[in-house]
Amino acid sequence: MSHLTPDPNESAGSAYDGLLEHHEVAGDSSQWAFGTDFEDPLAGVDTTVPADVDPAALAVYCLMLGDDALVMSHRLSEWCSRAPDLEEDIALANTALDLLGQARLLLARAAAADPGVVPALPEGSPVPAEDALAFFREAGDFRNVRLAEVPNGDFAHTVVRLLLFSSVRLALFEQLASSSDPVLSAIAVKGVKELAYHRDYAGRWFLTLAQGTDESRHRLEEALRDLWPLYPELLTTHPVEQVVSEAGVGVAPDSVASAVEVVLEQVLAVSEVDRPQGQPLAGVRGRTGRDGLHSEALSRMLAEMQVVARAHPTGRW
Amino acid sequence: MRAREVAASVTDPEMPMLTLEDLGVLRGVREEADGVVVTITPTYSGCPAMATMRDDLVHRLADAGYAATVEVSLSPAWSSDWITDRGRQALRDHGLSAPGPAPHRAGPVPLTLLPVRRDLTCPRCASAAVELTSEFGATACKALYRCTACAEPFEHVKEI
Repeated sequence: MSHLTPDPNESAGSAYDGLLEHHEVAGDSSQWAFGTDFEDPLAGVDTTVPADVDPAALAVYCLMLGDDALVMSHRLSEWCSRAPDLEEDIALANTALDLLGQARLLLARAAAADPGVVPALPEGSPVPAEDALAFFREAGDFRNVRLAEVPNGDFAHTVVRLLLFSSVRLALFEQLASSSDPVLSAIAVKGVKELAYHRDYAGRWFLTLAQGTDESRHRLEEALRDLWPLYPELLTTHPVEQVVSEAGVGVAPDSVASAVEVVLEQVLAVSEVDRPQGQPLAGVRGRTGRDGLHSEALSRMLAEMQVVARAHPTGRW
Repeated sequence: MRAREVAASVTDPEMPMLTLEDLGVLRGVREEADGVVVTITPTYSGCPAMATMRDDLVHRLADAGYAATVEVSLSPAWSSDWITDRGRQALRDHGLSAPGPAPHRAGPVPLTLLPVRRDLTCPRCASAAVELTSEFGATACKALYRCTACAEPFEHVKEI
């Protein structure tokens, strides 16, 4: 009994011909799952740090904004295939994708401003700087606010977290649009358009759950009580944020606090939900997420997120 | 064929009825001594099609005899207003609803707790009796709608 086995040496026989069609293009390995020709998200963009701006401070500031987006994106993507219905599954995945895109640009910007923030990898590793930052840093090097890292709860929990997160981030990015760093400014201008959709999405679901059934309202109020202590950290200005804000390149979160409050009060009022009274979650000896002080949940999340990249730091297996 | 014409004919990997030019992501093509430099801009920050767009541009230009590199331009940010009239017609011809004018804001971005009413019609039966299913769709740039007249779902390219 004979099988028609394609002869790999015969030009008409291989199903892989299409993949190899362009192999003559110099350096092109784009058809492979893990090639050596990575796309630089800032290819061709002038990443010169503006005069009078400390590159190290700018890089850490970009890590803060980038890590917020990366960690939040990962939590949102954990909903994939588990959301209440297909539309919400798609909506949360879209939101996660937008934030991942922002994270990638911000981490690339951090690396371009100060290559010293990028973890060292084995010689010859094709892993680009933004991936090295995402996959090869320990939890203590992450600068995200702790709100982003809390493990997922129910859908109401995600709605409340996304409302708090996107309200603050949108307000920050609206100001960041006039950053003296053209790269940060461009990232912010684009991000504002995306975050406006995220905030509306979370706000509408907040209202829907509040005015839905007793159960949906109960769950929403419980999520709000749980997450509220993490909210003040988003509007507290870290010394690095102070430095970049004074240099005209970044935004001090406390400067957007009133704008954020107006939005949240509007959502709470329309939803007829009382503002929680909980005290802010304290740091440890004054250190919070922005200083690299995190809950155990972040380590667990990173263990899962980073395991494959760390097992193969040179991209070969 | 000139490099510009080749680049302009490359199509979007997720909406292949549109060329990159009609989508408004092709920002420039310049011929330099050692090759062609093509500039593109992402529609959304996380647009996963960027790498494919770059590869398609490099390949198509290589086939036409040009060594090309692709650069990213982040500013000005892409707007759905940049989709050309030809592109809008191509969307409609393929059952997609084209975007209305993008919002131009002077002050803070307003919070909208009720679904935005868009003035659009079903691309299949032209009825105005449509309802929003979700602001998020199969790709970052599309919302989901349903026509209550012919009961068919359809996608709408969002205004940004």
